[in-house]
Amino acid sequence: MQDLGKVDEIVKSYKETKTPLIYILKDVQKEFGCLSDKILTRVAKTTKIPLSEIYGVATFYSLFTTVKKGKYIIRCCNNAPCHVKGSKEVLDRIKEYLGLEMNETTPDNLFTLEFTSCLGLCAVAPVMMINDEVYGNLTPEKAVAILKDYKMKGQANA
Amino acid sequence: MENITLTIDSKTVTVAKGTTILEAAEKLNIKIPRLCYHPDLPPVSACRLCVVEIEGDRLLRTACSWKCQDGMVVSTRSQFVRESRKMALELLLSRHPMKCTECVRNNFCELQDVAEQLGIREIRFDYKERKGELDLSSEAIVRDPSKCILCRRCIQTCELVQSVSAIGLEGRGYDVWVDTPFGKGINDVACVSCGQCIDRCPVGALYEKDHTASVWKALDDPTKHVIVQTAPAVRASIGEMFGMPAGSLVTNQFVTGLRMLGFDKVFDTDFTADLTIMEEGTELLGRIKNGGTLPLLTSCSPGWINFIEHFFPDLLPHVSSCKSPQQMFGALAKTYYAEKNGIDPKDIYSVSIMPCTAKKYEASRPEMTDSGFRDVDAVLTTREAAVMMKQVGINLPELHEEEYDEPLGISTGAAVIFGNTGGVMEAALRTVYELVTKKPLENIEINAVRGLDGIKEAEIDLDGTKVKAAVANGLANARKLLEKIASGEADYHFVEIMACPGGCIGGGGQPIPTSEEIRKKRVEAIYKQDRKMEIRKSHENPAILKLYEEFLGEPNGHKAHELLHTHYVRKSVYEKAEA
Repeated sequence: MQDLGKVDEIVKSYKETKTPLIYILKDVQKEFGCLSDKILTRVAKTTKIPLSEIYGVATFYSLFTTVKKGKYIIRCCNNAPCHVKGSKEVLDRIKEYLGLEMNETTPDNLFTLEFTSCLGLCAVAPVMMINDEVYGNLTPEKAVAILKDYKMKGQANA
Repeated sequence: MENITLTIDSKTVTVAKGTTILEAAEKLNIKIPRLCYHPDLPPVSACRLCVVEIEGDRLLRTACSWKCQDGMVVSTRSQFVRESRKMALELLLSRHPMKCTECVRNNFCELQDVAEQLGIREIRFDYKERKGELDLSSEAIVRDPSKCILCRRCIQTCELVQSVSAIGLEGRGYDVWVDTPFGKGINDVACVSCGQCIDRCPVGALYEKDHTASVWKALDDPTKHVIVQTAPAVRASIGEMFGMPAGSLVTNQFVTGLRMLGFDKVFDTDFTADLTIMEEGTELLGRIKNGGTLPLLTSCSPGWINFIEHFFPDLLPHVSSCKSPQQMFGALAKTYYAEKNGIDPKDIYSVSIMPCTAKKYEASRPEMTDSGFRDVDAVLTTREAAVMMKQVGINLPELHEEEYDEPLGISTGAAVIFGNTGGVMEAALRTVYELVTKKPLENIEINAVRGLDGIKEAEIDLDGTKVKAAVANGLANARKLLEKIASGEADYHFVEIMACPGGCIGGGGQPIPTSEEIRKKRVEAIYKQDRKMEIRKSHENPAILKLYEEFLGEPNGHKAHELLHTHYVRKSVYEKAEA
């Protein structure tokens, strides 16, 4: 059972902030893992901002999610510089290794695979991000090795 | 007011400071193409069709939002402008399904109009369907996102005019779409079914749930006794569907047209509007006398009822228990009328013609079955009624005039003014004053509650008892009043609320387009009808007096309560989510 009182606490902590919605959603997502219907309805109630507006913000930013995702979110850059440096081959190998298509989550809820726009790290293209960590100069082999580490870490903590 | 002089297409024009280029061009009889602009709403500059070139400016600017400046030189017709507009429109058209002949808005579609205006002959881009699914969840409103052109007028209307915000813009970039939160059906969010979004949709992405097919079926069935009631506001607007100017009053031609369609009896919702005054007036006096919950809030507008059920459920005890005139009529048609005429109520098919989409929802409420049947079987909007006439070649403006059937077609001037904001209040005051003071009201036209202001206040002296009244139209205005009532800041006795701007004449089922100017003209037509009526006070309606004598007994009496009163439901989405 989710403790929706936490939502109220988070909202309260931004009482003095002028346009607090994005900060609130960021904290709420950290607390609950995703921005579900029930949670956003509570945000709407507490902030008195219409749910349609909050949902609009939550679907606008790719770092917000309304559905539960894996423990590790892999974001592969699909912009031109990474593409030129072989991001497609890297992505194909990741897909094969995890058995995933884009925006899918592994059955063990460890990995979710997504695209991201440019991360501003073209000098070390191709790049990917796993949660808050960035990995550059990728090759298909290097990418799989990184994922293997995460898999071990994830399973050990499970 | 400071004036500004500028040049548009080599012509000089002087306008007040703050005027937009679009408005200034209008003064020169230049109609700049537009899709997202609506006179009721602030500009959002989304469609990019109104772009113009300003000398010395590197970029094109949107005329709907760009303010005139002194000495500005504007071109609304340069090659750059023409090509940019065409490109913007072709991109919009490339994501529109172009099923015009099967669209509810065929022939009064702003996208068609603007494509004609710009002379579109080919679209250089392949069609790609828009995101979003057909939403049939509501009893009142259908949403078809595939036709949406992302003008945002529905979103703005829902948020700014109605303070409901049931829909919003979701996602980002190319895949952006208009939707309810979490893609739930419109029925599962705090939509009040008012249909104001339909009135402002430039295309067929929003429309009412069709009832014409079931009405035709009933009309074709020889075993059915099909009766119809017409709402006050429809007579002041349906002419527009046949090309007549706004403000054309077509009451008796409309009656003729309905007979031609095959209705067995043509009755008037005005009859039960008079009855509402008797019931609600009695309820008000009772509450004042017995220390009941005040202010009393009117209950005729089902969009408004949805609003208070969703957003202010704690204030529900304030709402009059009176059913709306439509539903009072429905309950009486299958009891009083059936009995009196020896018709089995199960054979009666009861149709209403309403300026409203929320009425469709209201008729489907489980509470609305006090006759033992569904009290009102089908609800046609003004638009749908016109469509049915057009389907069989009835041209309303050319028809002769006929009278309503008796007795449920007998009404007063007090009833017809229910069709616009302030009307219910005025009608109630005309009756309450005379019932309490036993003196005739000298001036029955109560100007303080007339007009299109969002919130109006009045005070009337009932032989020493001062009654404080307030009137709100448009739900954003209603919200302001409710907040005052909730905080205890307001000390009104009686408050009239109508969900739509201008009241029912500006309803979600009315002819499109709508604007302040059009609403004003419809209001004039309503008051004209009031002045034409022989009797102008509800308590003097002989058919109503007879109804009480023969059937109902006393106002607010036992039988009246059984048939004419209802109760309300808490609908708060917050409460539902945490239940």
